[in-house]
Amino acid sequence: MESSAAVRSRSTTKYYGDVVALDGVDLDIPLGQVHGLVGPNGAGKTTLLGLLLGLSVADRGTLEILGSPVRRVLGTPGGVSGFLDGPGLYPSLTARQNLAALAALRGHGAHVTREVEDALEQVGLSDVADDRPRGFSLGMRQRLGLAAALLARPRLLVLDEPSNGLDPAAKRHIHGLLGELAAGGAAVVVSSHHMDDVAALCSEVTLLSNGRVVFSGPVEKLAAESGRLDYRVVTSDPAVARRVVGETPGLELVSAPGGVRAEDDVVVARGPVSAVDELVVRLVGAGVAVRGLGPTVTPLEAAFLALTESGSTLAPLGGPR
Amino acid sequence: MAAPVAPARPADLAPIVRFELVKLLTLWRVRIVLLACWLAPAAFIVAVGQQSTLPSDTVFGRWMFATGWAGSLVVLGFASTWALPLLTALVAGDVFAAEDRLGTWRHLVMAVRSPRRIFAAKALASTAVILAMEVGLAVSSIGGGLAVMGDRELVGLDGQLIDPGQSARLVLLAWVCAMVTSLAFAAVGLLGSVALGRSPMGLLLPAVLAFVLQAAQLLPMPAAVRLALPSQGFLAWRGLFSGPPQTGPLLIALVVSVVWVVVVTGLALLVFVRRDFTDVAHDGPGRRSLALGALPVAALTAMSIAVVAVATPSTGSGIDRTKIEGSLAASFAHLYRLQSRELHRPDVTEEQLRTSASCYRAGSPGDDEGAGNDWRCAVSWHIPGATAVGTALYQLDVAAEGRYVADGDGPKEVNGYFQVRTPSGDAANPLWQIDSLVDLSSRSSSKG
Repeated sequence: MESSAAVRSRSTTKYYGDVVALDGVDLDIPLGQVHGLVGPNGAGKTTLLGLLLGLSVADRGTLEILGSPVRRVLGTPGGVSGFLDGPGLYPSLTARQNLAALAALRGHGAHVTREVEDALEQVGLSDVADDRPRGFSLGMRQRLGLAAALLARPRLLVLDEPSNGLDPAAKRHIHGLLGELAAGGAAVVVSSHHMDDVAALCSEVTLLSNGRVVFSGPVEKLAAESGRLDYRVVTSDPAVARRVVGETPGLELVSAPGGVRAEDDVVVARGPVSAVDELVVRLVGAGVAVRGLGPTVTPLEAAFLALTESGSTLAPLGGPR
Repeated sequence: MAAPVAPARPADLAPIVRFELVKLLTLWRVRIVLLACWLAPAAFIVAVGQQSTLPSDTVFGRWMFATGWAGSLVVLGFASTWALPLLTALVAGDVFAAEDRLGTWRHLVMAVRSPRRIFAAKALASTAVILAMEVGLAVSSIGGGLAVMGDRELVGLDGQLIDPGQSARLVLLAWVCAMVTSLAFAAVGLLGSVALGRSPMGLLLPAVLAFVLQAAQLLPMPAAVRLALPSQGFLAWRGLFSGPPQTGPLLIALVVSVVWVVVVTGLALLVFVRRDFTDVAHDGPGRRSLALGALPVAALTAMSIAVVAVATPSTGSGIDRTKIEGSLAASFAHLYRLQSRELHRPDVTEEQLRTSASCYRAGSPGDDEGAGNDWRCAVSWHIPGATAVGTALYQLDVAAEGRYVADGDGPKEVNGYFQVRTPSGDAANPLWQIDSLVDLSSRSSSKG
């Protein structure tokens, strides 16, 4: 059998005692793609990632990884790597020792040193290769975990919250690296609670809720599921702006918007994009300067909230991580 | 187009063992303890050499100035009480739990791809580190003892002089026996580490077990129970220094230790391979550990007791009047010859002395059996060339594990405290206080 699918799951079901962690999950992830996995806490993301990494096995259904059926724990084929719930690092070993030990376990033989140096360079940690990770920031630990995963020359890379703790520059660097991997033919599965990361990184996304797939497809298609969004409008005359919002068809004024800091010059309006376009025209016509306009949450996040009916698990756009 | 890829092969055992060794040896606490094991015994013996008093309450302590081999046995006696179980707790008791604390299980399992090989590597690496520590204790104590006290004859637990070559062989054998026993505690450490996860009880389990067994050893109990306990090997090595060597308790202890190593390590493996590595909050199997770990261990103990009870002729406490009389008479005869030599008197043989002892328990009339400090003995011997029979009195403090100290109670010219000149300097009269050992596993000669 030949396939271009990195992951092919059919009716995959996983129980923990009486709890159904995954309930008939169907999922296709092709090679050469960065695929996002999102969902509220307890949705089954960790369980699914654990299955992909071979840490556990489904109770029902079929799961094929890189074309090979997975029927037992640790029965995944070579070329699968990643981390779950943070990278596993040994604080008493240096960054280089951590990677060298892993490479030795994977039987890299004579090329261990070169490959370790390459992996460190790829994630931008060459300068701290001889430091112990106990002094590393969360972002540096994430990068070292990614370097460890890269040592396996992955064709399926599974990463749980890889952007945690990364500063903007490091995040851009890692996103670029993951994009290059996908461009090179590998599949990258990224779990995240941060919709802006998913939007920036992934071409397709799967949304899990209560162990079931509630959406799987292109990111743009998920964003289109968002419906009416809240828009934050900063103007030179908020009083007039509120009146104009009320007069614009299809828009309603939101008096106590969630996730938006109360500010005197901010008005929050709820409605479709076409109505917001009309609002801008009317505000300019009324002589009110529009200094800022944008959704209070990303369309992706709004879609997430709409599909999962839970607003407690996400950080607001631009808010603390 | 991607072709199906075969499941990845598990990592080879050798690099996993190397990795586990690196992880253990980069821990500061392990490095410090390892260093202490290689230095502290020698430092202790050097310090004792500077003192005027000896640790006479420890087996062989009263002979520390006489020969370097005694110092190593004093260290072994102390280590058997505390150090060896603590070392196993420190290393084996933490080798699995450390991965729980660090959150590295998934990472390790994915890299190795075989929980069985991870278990084997951790067991081998922790055993190697424990043995490196114990070898350090042995080498340091022997080296320190020989350097400070010299390579001279050792007085055995029957008063017999053991030449330096034989002493070396017996001391090394004693250390090896104690190491085998410590591996049983290491197996308990592995089980605790696997079953109890991050709980401190996992780390402490070997030390707690050693403490409980030592407390139990103080209680009166049938010899079969005592001999079947896994801690017996920490005491049984002393039988090597008796004459004839008390090999029965030692062999039983070694067999029990090996059985414990195999069974308890197997239980730990069973618990480990059943683990779900996707569960981040895993903290050991909890209540299931009772069924998976504690109950089989309790069954193993009961079975060991039953087998030992059937296999050994000993009944009751294993301590009775006949055994004590025989043991004390033999020790007295050997030490009488040593005293004669140190006092520059003509040598006599044990056959000429025809020593005998008559003992009873002052506190339990008619029940001359068991441990206690109320044993009273009169030792008689024939002085060559004289018709009179000499008699010396002793008060004995007999411990439940068979060791006793006979304290001279007159006449003071024979077994009182006075200094004698020895090759290593002035020392106490060898007949003043006598350390000896009763074989708990043997049948009493009076009972046929």
